[in-house]
Amino acid sequence: MIWNDEFETLPREAIESLQFKRLRQTLERVYATVPFYREHFRRAGVSPEQLKTLEDLRRFPFTLKQDMRDNYPYGLFAVPLEQIVRIHASSGTTGKPTVVGYTRRDIDTWSELMARSFVAAGAHKGDVIHNAYGYGLFTGGLGAHYGAERLGASVIPMSGGNTKKQIMIMQDFGSTVLTCTPSYSLFLAESVAEMGLDIRDFKLRIGIFGAEPWSEKMRDEIEAKLNLKAIDIYGLSEILGPGVAIECYEAQNGLHMWEDHFLPEIINPDTGEVLPDGERGELVITTITKEGIPLIRYRTRDITRLIAEPCICGRTHKRIERLSGRSDDMLIIRGVNVFPSQIESILINIEGVEPHYQLIVDREDNLDSLEVQVEVNERTFSDEIKVLQELSNRIRKEIKDLLGVTCKVRLVEPKTLARSEGKARRVIDNRPQL
Amino acid sequence: MKVEQISIFIENKSGRLAEVTRVLGEAGVNIRALSLADTSDFGILRLIVDKTDAANEVLKSKGFTVNKTEVVAVEVPDRPLGLNSILQVLDDSRINVEYMYAFVERCGENAVIIFRFDDTEGAIRVLTEQGVKVLAGQRVYSM
Repeated sequence: MIWNDEFETLPREAIESLQFKRLRQTLERVYATVPFYREHFRRAGVSPEQLKTLEDLRRFPFTLKQDMRDNYPYGLFAVPLEQIVRIHASSGTTGKPTVVGYTRRDIDTWSELMARSFVAAGAHKGDVIHNAYGYGLFTGGLGAHYGAERLGASVIPMSGGNTKKQIMIMQDFGSTVLTCTPSYSLFLAESVAEMGLDIRDFKLRIGIFGAEPWSEKMRDEIEAKLNLKAIDIYGLSEILGPGVAIECYEAQNGLHMWEDHFLPEIINPDTGEVLPDGERGELVITTITKEGIPLIRYRTRDITRLIAEPCICGRTHKRIERLSGRSDDMLIIRGVNVFPSQIESILINIEGVEPHYQLIVDREDNLDSLEVQVEVNERTFSDEIKVLQELSNRIRKEIKDLLGVTCKVRLVEPKTLARSEGKARRVIDNRPQL
Repeated sequence: MKVEQISIFIENKSGRLAEVTRVLGEAGVNIRALSLADTSDFGILRLIVDKTDAANEVLKSKGFTVNKTEVVAVEVPDRPLGLNSILQVLDDSRINVEYMYAFVERCGENAVIIFRFDDTEGAIRVLTEQGVKVLAGQRVYSM
């Protein structure tokens, strides 16, 4: 099943000529309307009319997450605020989120691409879509919601949390499609078992899981425990939200990126050089239809490779391989993006606390866990336990308030955390490798 | 009338307590009284020793986090309700005990208890007024 036969199966040449036309328009538009891009291009010595072929895109400079922070909140918007109908944001390293705005047409495009994604995943009109992605500033909830409505399915706007109720509704309402993070799906599976229920009494058929990396092994486990077919979806708020790329039900092998709206490139993260299809490197995406906040050569920091070979499903859009890591130090903990530097800036602002810390990430009962180890020094040390416990509670609360991540704080003796020469090893990630 | 106590931060892992006592022993420091308060992650070892400054220095030089606090050593009649009579005096004066622990040696007919109060000066005044015997630091270090 294909949602949009015309565009999803366009011949290669037609995709590329459409991409060229849209790319040229996008470059001209940002050059004319976003002062940042005019200056950015000027410094790199390029201008939109120099784009003669798609290949010429590599002459244009990258856009970084830092550029979005520097232009917080609306500096990269290409239309006036009165044309923006929705604002979303992701967490940012300094406590300032990365802000994105959507025009009415952007929401329409997003809904269309999410509808395509649902169909690629094997969903159809008549499905009951149980949407357990969080609603709010995070793009997951509303992105999936609008796509499900566009598809014509019945969507249950559950949002995250409240697991027992989720399970009751899933059972009583006869949910057939589950959308959430892969780790939460396993948590749901275990809760179903703990409640003494049998998953075979549920009607779940398909799960669409994203917002955090997961492995083939985890897929097998989810498929067995939830008795459904588990599909990997990719997206990021900077580019659109969920629905930038998705696996097809037929192959479950690589995620089709909707190339009539996004131009993917793979680069060497150290040199910035563009790599040929099939080679692994950092994914860079240029949006070619977005109005609110078009991004030129946005460095996603996600490591993958492009698969150009035709897919058995009939879609002609290139696939990206399942993500295998990050080119920066960002951690994804229960779907939340966390940079070690964010934790560091929280610690520095607490009087007397040393910025010597270590993050231990693990997976317990299929949920990510974070332990923040902080060194105690003479200024923070007290002979009273309650003083030290207040300190660790405060650190835990500030991390929760700012990053939305629940962690365990462990106070350790000074000089016990490794001081390596050069870059300190701040993160020990004990989660199973993908 | 105050007694100096040193406190040491100890991670909850094997060998750390032994390390502290080894360092002190090798420096010729003798422990007079001690208490270990612990949580699942860490402990606080509180010590009264015969040479406080020497103990403080040698532990710091070995990388331990140490701090000095003032506590009060009180002679408590070694009989039923002996401790209670003192706690009652403190309660009547609304002085809060942060923590307390017993001294390892007795002093004549009495036991010795170490108290950490939220108001050290006030506690000493009240106890003395009520005729409770508060021991001087020098006396305690050399018991």
